[in-house]
Amino acid sequence: MAKYFVIIILLILLFLIFWNLQKNTAPRNRLDLLSSRYIDQGPREVGSANLVTAVVVAYRGFDTLGEVIVLFLAATGVGFLMQKRQKAYPKSNPASEILRTGSDVLLPVIILTGTYIFLHGHLTPGGGFQGGVVIASGFLLQFLARPESRIKVRKLHFIESISGFFYVLSGLAGLILAGGFLDSRFLPLGKWGELISAGAIPLIYSFIGLKVGSELVGILNNLKGD
Amino acid sequence: MIMVSFYILGIIILLAAILAIYARNIVTAIISTGVISLLVSILFLLLAAPDVAMTEAAIGSGLTTMVFLYAYNRIRRIRERNDG
Amino acid sequence: MREMAFLGFALVLLGFWAMLTRKNILRIIIGFTIIDSGIHLIIVNLGYLPGRTAPILEKGMRVGDLSKHFVDPIPSALVLTAIVIGLAVTALMLVYAVRIYERKRTLNIDKYRELKW
Repeated sequence: MAKYFVIIILLILLFLIFWNLQKNTAPRNRLDLLSSRYIDQGPREVGSANLVTAVVVAYRGFDTLGEVIVLFLAATGVGFLMQKRQKAYPKSNPASEILRTGSDVLLPVIILTGTYIFLHGHLTPGGGFQGGVVIASGFLLQFLARPESRIKVRKLHFIESISGFFYVLSGLAGLILAGGFLDSRFLPLGKWGELISAGAIPLIYSFIGLKVGSELVGILNNLKGD
Repeated sequence: MIMVSFYILGIIILLAAILAIYARNIVTAIISTGVISLLVSILFLLLAAPDVAMTEAAIGSGLTTMVFLYAYNRIRRIRERNDG
Repeated sequence: MREMAFLGFALVLLGFWAMLTRKNILRIIIGFTIIDSGIHLIIVNLGYLPGRTAPILEKGMRVGDLSKHFVDPIPSALVLTAIVIGLAVTALMLVYAVRIYERKRTLNIDKYRELKW
């Protein structure tokens, strides 16, 4: 009982901290300097219509590289801990006919949608992370429909490492040809609002999308077992 | 009008969180965690962040739930193998 | 919105409550994901300004005074990556839970006696 008492006191203190922060913060009615700088100069400087993409890929590109590395480490940890040691699992039940046929029809469409999302990351809502997740969910559907199927892990690792490599390489190209590391302006900005525009942002976001997608498929494949 | 839908969503989210903590069956708890993420993604849309809403809808309600269920399936199989 | 921040913080508190009081290790990981959702809600709410739209340009918008029409893009960008990382970290924790179950045959954390004295 004493344990619950201590926990409740802890949570009440935590709530008081939050209450204090909330009470003493004035509601914002205009953006601060940095955000308005990004919004006002972003379309002209980077050429991206989606300003969240401009922040993720161009202005805060180094953060994104760090996040991709953390994702890679977590995926590696999952793969390391889920090595195939025990084989005596009972077979899983086969999926129904409807699920198998539907999954075969839907898988190419889902992958196409994911590709669309990460290629149009600079024009519409979406981008590399969302597109990669959509692709991974398509493979998840395939895993559910055919539990006995195997994906080619070597190809998966090849896609993952090659996209990570080219991501860093395009960062270095920005360092040499443009203003700094991961500067996306080493390709011409092009005409605003077209698919091939905004410098290297579609290129970098495609690499991020492929890397995130293949890593999440690898995590799911490791957890799936069999 | 938006505030009404916000209050309804908020009450469902809190109920789902309590269900996720106290449901007797662990599968119920996992599914209600997915429900929380799905409804929070609608709130992101109300907060004018469509990019975040897309990610949360795909990851929170789809992939996280399935990752939990796969892990629970593994644990269940180890238990069955031990008993039988 | 003020209410949105309170909802996010309520989720954080519920997640902490789950992590501190539940014994089942899967329940503790569920508490972690609830905390995750709550914190994302709080951070996105920091960038919201009432009556403004998502920071995506359309044809016909004049570049120059856009900062009066858009919400803050930086919290969205941060949360975007944090969600993906959250999934990977959750998967890592679940894998550890599976390994612990393999060794100990129990999910109850009170039965793990190595770190007790």
